[in-house]
Amino acid sequence: MSDHAQDFGGFDDRGDLAPGEQQHGDLRSRILFYLAGLGLAVLLTATSFFIAGTHLVWQPSIPVALIVLAIAQMGVHLVFFLHITTGPDNTNNVLALAFGLLIVFLVVGGSLWIMANLNHNMMPMDQLMRMQQ
Amino acid sequence: MSVTTVEQSPAYADPHHLRAADHPGPAPKRIVTGFGFWIFLLSDIVMFSCFFASFAVLSGGTAGGPGGAELFDIRNVAIETALLLLSSFTCGMASIAAERHNALWFQIAMAVTGLLGAGFLLLEIREFADLVGRGDGPSRSAFLSAFFTLVGCHGLHVAAGILWLLTMMAQVVAKGFRADIERRILCFALFWHALDIIWVAVFSVVYLLGSAT
Repeated sequence: MSDHAQDFGGFDDRGDLAPGEQQHGDLRSRILFYLAGLGLAVLLTATSFFIAGTHLVWQPSIPVALIVLAIAQMGVHLVFFLHITTGPDNTNNVLALAFGLLIVFLVVGGSLWIMANLNHNMMPMDQLMRMQQ
Repeated sequence: MSVTTVEQSPAYADPHHLRAADHPGPAPKRIVTGFGFWIFLLSDIVMFSCFFASFAVLSGGTAGGPGGAELFDIRNVAIETALLLLSSFTCGMASIAAERHNALWFQIAMAVTGLLGAGFLLLEIREFADLVGRGDGPSRSAFLSAFFTLVGCHGLHVAAGILWLLTMMAQVVAKGFRADIERRILCFALFWHALDIIWVAVFSVVYLLGSAT
């Protein structure tokens, strides 16, 4: 009976992967996977630093480009370093991540929206000073 | 007496077939621990998002003091980024070595990871000391308060990560690749990679966006 329970508790019998756990493969392909991630991350980082310092691109597009590149690089890190995939063995990890992202966007987006609105509606500082006198 | 007869009969022991092959019981501890730590990391990221939100709101509040463009040394930030990115890669090599129970390569990869992390921390401390020395410390303006809080919080995480890394190296020497040590290594790798993800947001939003505008 105890042997039986041991079998069910074994790693290979489960359909789940812990976050950060890589699917089984030979050593060479796993190192290559990390190397691919490193290459992509270096490429995206270098592009970010290049765009921020150059005058070759249209200036108003720079902030949007930087944010897009940052999100892309976070995706690269999640896939190649943390091994988060959309496979059925990763459902729990992806759902937790999705909830975390929802909260992050609510906090950041909500703060920026509300504070920009307050700034917009606030009386200019010189008028405020005059009223207080 | 009646208890033993119930246990001997399989139909009574498992009337709803809960132990059938598609219901293998609770998940193994490795998955439970990893998932729990994943939840912790996500809540850590939510905490960082609050710091990011306050930085984004306060980034214009320089109180007549210097802004990002005058303060930040982008070359320094590029070196910090390279150090942290490489350390993330060597941390991945360490987790491969840990899974294969190769103690020598594990220690080498962890040592390189720790050195790269320490180099990152050193550059950041130098940058902070330089800013404070010029009178642009956290009390100078709302912008600088938010900057020091956000970047300093990430630096504290890296410092804690280095302590954890040294602990794992020592534990592998003392106890070998036991199941509980392997779970800790898995969690450490998650933590270290998550720090790199947060740094991507820091260098993009704080340094590059801050010096571009």
